[in-house]
Amino acid sequence: MDQKKEKKYSFWGDTWRRLRRNRLAMVGLIIIALLIFCAIFADFIAPYDYAQQDLMIAYQGPSAQHWFGTDEFGRDILSRIIYGSRISLQIGFIAVGISLIFGGFLGAVAGYYGGKLDNLIMRIMDIIMSIPSILLAISIVAALGSSMTNLMIATGVSYIPSYARIVRASILGIKDQEFIEAAKAIGTSDKTIIIRHILPNCLAPIIVQATLGVAFAILTAAGLSFIGLGMAQPTPEWGSMLSSGRTYIRDYWHMTLFPGLAIALTIFALNVLGDGLRDALDPKLRG
Amino acid sequence: MIKYIAKRLLMLIPILLVVTFVIFTLLYITPGDPAKMILGTTATDEAVAQLRTELGLDQPFLIQYLNYMKDLIFHFDIGTSYSTRQPVIQEIMNCLPATLKLAFSSILIAVVVGIPIGVISAVKQYSIFDNIVMVLGLVGISMPVFWLGLLLILFFSVQMGWLPASGYSSWQQMIMPAVTLSAQSIAVVARMTRSSMLEEIRKDYIRTVRMKGQTEMRITIFHGLRNALIPIVTVIGTQFGSLLGGAVMCETIFSIPGIGRLMVDSIKARDFPVVQGGVLFIAIGFALVNLIVDIIYAFLDPKIKAQYK
Amino acid sequence: MEHTSNEKLLDIRDLSVEYHSNGKIVKAVSNLNLSLDKGETLGFVGETGAGKTTTALSVLRILPELPSRITGGEIWFNGENLLLKSQKEMRQIRGKEISMIFQDPMTSLDPVATVGKQIEEMIGLHENLPKKELRERAAQMLEQVGIKRERIDDYPHQFSGGMKQRVVIAMALSCNPHLLIADEPTTALDVTIQAQVLELMKKLKQQYQMSMIMITHDLGIVAEICDTVAIMYAGNIVEYGKVAQVYENFEHPYTEALFDSIPSLDEEQDELKVISGLTPDPTNLPAGCPFHPRCPYAGPECAAQAPEIREVEPGHIVRCHKKCERRA
Repeated sequence: MDQKKEKKYSFWGDTWRRLRRNRLAMVGLIIIALLIFCAIFADFIAPYDYAQQDLMIAYQGPSAQHWFGTDEFGRDILSRIIYGSRISLQIGFIAVGISLIFGGFLGAVAGYYGGKLDNLIMRIMDIIMSIPSILLAISIVAALGSSMTNLMIATGVSYIPSYARIVRASILGIKDQEFIEAAKAIGTSDKTIIIRHILPNCLAPIIVQATLGVAFAILTAAGLSFIGLGMAQPTPEWGSMLSSGRTYIRDYWHMTLFPGLAIALTIFALNVLGDGLRDALDPKLRG
Repeated sequence: MIKYIAKRLLMLIPILLVVTFVIFTLLYITPGDPAKMILGTTATDEAVAQLRTELGLDQPFLIQYLNYMKDLIFHFDIGTSYSTRQPVIQEIMNCLPATLKLAFSSILIAVVVGIPIGVISAVKQYSIFDNIVMVLGLVGISMPVFWLGLLLILFFSVQMGWLPASGYSSWQQMIMPAVTLSAQSIAVVARMTRSSMLEEIRKDYIRTVRMKGQTEMRITIFHGLRNALIPIVTVIGTQFGSLLGGAVMCETIFSIPGIGRLMVDSIKARDFPVVQGGVLFIAIGFALVNLIVDIIYAFLDPKIKAQYK
Repeated sequence: MEHTSNEKLLDIRDLSVEYHSNGKIVKAVSNLNLSLDKGETLGFVGETGAGKTTTALSVLRILPELPSRITGGEIWFNGENLLLKSQKEMRQIRGKEISMIFQDPMTSLDPVATVGKQIEEMIGLHENLPKKELRERAAQMLEQVGIKRERIDDYPHQFSGGMKQRVVIAMALSCNPHLLIADEPTTALDVTIQAQVLELMKKLKQQYQMSMIMITHDLGIVAEICDTVAIMYAGNIVEYGKVAQVYENFEHPYTEALFDSIPSLDEEQDELKVISGLTPDPTNLPAGCPFHPRCPYAGPECAAQAPEIREVEPGHIVRCHKKCERRA
């Protein structure tokens, strides 16, 4: 047991060492860390209240008082972006949580028990995958109505099959290996085997997929808000900020530039981090 | 080959059955009474009840679904729009050309630009060109379609006044939407081409061709790229799915009357038959694209071709 | 080695090749000298990583460009220094003058082209023939190596390993090369298939009247088809001579170890004799004679100074400080 722990430590140590060497991935990690910091301490960092209106100062370009300018209601765009990180990160992480839990569970069951159940689950997954993910999200939002919870569900559902496939594939890969046989022989329960032995083995691809999944969820949610199917005013959601900025694009560029930059930077950071993690976790490169 | 295509076409049927069923269910459980929405808040209860009967909304769920499917299969009728009172199929057909034009020009740009960039990047690995491509590729896949579109409008229409900000009929009007929509696909295709080319050009058979005295250009294209195409085509197929999603955004930004915008407007107006029809059409389109990809795949990969000879 | 370049088909002089890996420089080949007469078959023997394949690829100038570099030397072929030729000139020589068979037939054919097309490509590059004749020539080549001509439109995955190697051989010989380099052509094959392929190569060598370099680590194969043999260790040749000379009077301790490691049927053996120690780390070769850490006869001079070559008998040279005690 001790030996196993030590091995585990060196696994993560190794991964971290490799990740640290990847400069781009570290930039991504720093951006994400900053975002999380902003989200948690928004109340302290944001110079203004995100909903505080002042029509006297509406449409102001960037200035010393309002770094990113103000919007059509005179609200401070920087503060709204800072508060917006809360919403985007919440949507991203919870959506991935949803797909991870359901997908992981379905994949584990399908892979572990096999047979007809496996066939049924995986066919359903195939069908979900045959619908373009944004279309699926739009349909779900259309049906359930647009709220933050529904956005999370809508973006989460379309990623369920990916996790189901990953978990199922890893389980099929190690199911018949001797240490699982041994665990079964000494009477370990199915649940324990899945959690203790099988899940750790598929952690690497899941982490990578989850990182990219957060990016996808944030992007989809922002996109839905942008076309008016997501969060509505006055919620400081980046996509809906962009949507109202679009109305004034001919005269006030700053309303379009900054919220979009926030989305793009976040997605960029998550993508490079995901890529970096994939390389760092790749067992082929592991000596 | 024909057997293979026929088999794949048959496999479309269960997928479409399930898709229609899922969408139908989703919209059935949606809160809000369409009859009330059509008639407005001032309508009397009798009028609403009468319209409900007329639309078949008072029937049990399963009957409604079966009726829908019956009309779809036998009359190619997928309902009537609540808001315009036009057959849905006609509404969709009006919007289809714009979306098809947008989607196909974007995928064409992605292939024509993405593949050569990826090939050059792989052949000149670690060169300045390669480094620039890698960074631009990362920026490209991270760029939200809707923001890129707005930035292009900001620059080319608002600042420079070079290109029109909306419409879709002339080629000038098509440039920005097509570029916006293809940007991400260019990046994805270029990255995939690069990585699968890098894998191929290190393989032993490339050395064999080099031993024959073949030129580097032909080695790269007729052997390296020819082999790398198999994964590239797969990626192009999956890109089509995200392209359809991007088309919704693109049509909104550039005011193009396509299926995406039709659907968004219909969702907002709770015009469910149109939403259903739109989803159905996009699902069919996506399934057909996947089918085409698989057929191309079979032509590219002799192992699959041999199976279906 | 004394040069009389005129009769030599191939003459490699002081060839050095380096690889770069993870910032370290690997000396794959250092100051290698080797020559080959017209019609001669040379056995090129050594452990994996000794630099045999690198030497062969250098002759064709198809070393992987990025990590490897020829740092010095000359490669004379038919009186011309190949290292001074442009890539365009080299392309005339590759396939036509010098041809090569690679170790792993499973990966050395393009998986998406028919075998016929792959042979046609080779012929088409060097001979200006109409399509129909190209195809006919390719079919003839297949028959030469014992494959039915009907299989000309089959893809590599439809052939077994041995059959694929036959295809590669057909391809390599399709332009009547003067020199054929065979890089462990049978190593990846089943034992029964090995014998067949070897038999085929022997037959074709006679028929095509070409010179050949047979890279192998199997001393049995060398005895069977080679005229001369070069033993390579850590980037250089440690012993060279006629097959009979080297097999009967081997001098170098490494050659001795190679012969010892062949299991004998006559004697009762408890375990296989292996060469003690590991192949040296090519990024960090030992000073002096690179073999001295593993050499049972090594003395102080071996660690201090790299040995020069000396001639044991006419045409038989060895790179070792020690005179062979066994013979003395």
